Amino acid sequence: MVNLIKKDFLNLANKKLKSRLIVGTGKYKNLKETSKAIIASGADMVTVAIRRVNILDKKKPLLMDYIDPKKICYLPNTAGCFTSGEALRALRLAREMGGWKIVKLEVLGDKKTLYPDMLETIKSTKVLVKEGFKVLVYCTDDPIQAKKLEDVGATAIMPLASPIGSGLGIQNKTNISIIIKQSKVPVIVDAGLGTPSDATVAMEMGCDGVLVNSAIANAKNPLLMAKAFKHAVIAGREGFNAGRMKKKLFGEATSPTAKIFS
Amino acid sequence: MAKIQLNGKKITLKSGTSLSRLIKKYKMDEKKIAVELNGKIVSKTLLKNRILKNNDKVELVHFIGGG
Repeated sequence: MVNLIKKDFLNLANKKLKSRLIVGTGKYKNLKETSKAIIASGADMVTVAIRRVNILDKKKPLLMDYIDPKKICYLPNTAGCFTSGEALRALRLAREMGGWKIVKLEVLGDKKTLYPDMLETIKSTKVLVKEGFKVLVYCTDDPIQAKKLEDVGATAIMPLASPIGSGLGIQNKTNISIIIKQSKVPVIVDAGLGTPSDATVAMEMGCDGVLVNSAIANAKNPLLMAKAFKHAVIAGREGFNAGRMKKKLFGEATSPTAKIFS
Repeated sequence: MAKIQLNGKKITLKSGTSLSRLIKKYKMDEKKIAVELNGKIVSKTLLKNRILKNNDKVELVHFIGGG
């Protein structure tokens, strides 16, 4: 019998996360809303970006004043980096800031599609792994590239569902399924999820987690959407763990057919 | 006097200003930022010792919201 209260953590480089939903902290109206949305989502890991301090505005509120990194695990991300050099620089600075070793690598190849440049991504992963980072890698939904990333030591593979911020949902379920099947490291679908049901689909397919930002931050009611994603991820994961019924071509009656009175 | 570049902006500091002093001047918490000097990361333990001189380029970075 399935133990219904069995702990089902997402394990990333020995960091055990209770929630399989990782959320981004960009695009919110303000930091107060960001903080509230994170709480509503139940996420215990959030992505953060690394940028210059605004020296002209000394009173500008800081992310750390609203989201305590001792309570919520920060996942420094190289969002917006278009070369390996930029990405490595950002993550080395992140490590210096507070010892962050679990990081998300994202090296983009095109400003319009925001698709990752896989050559630069693989090159950067190799360097970061050598330097002791635990790297969660944003990548295309190409099983060959995903395998290469695993081979060079990625901690997790993060294939895109569709372009960043597009909200189009999973465009290539077959490829995502192949990546899940072949990977020995966690697979986290990142980018492009638009609705809670997109997250459920990803989790039912057997993804280890999902990363969501725009779908929550751009919703009419971000806090309610954060909560909806929380439930969607739990539903999808439990559905996957429960094991779905087999599909059949023809109907099969639900009620017994014997002893029907006539 | 030392003329330096801080986060892309030209500023002038009193002679003998350390990186640590510069961070305090801008009311920042050392724990919440990382420092790069002339393209190289400066460890937090060395911020007090490093005195800024003419043409130094300093980058102060921190975490912001991002996806």
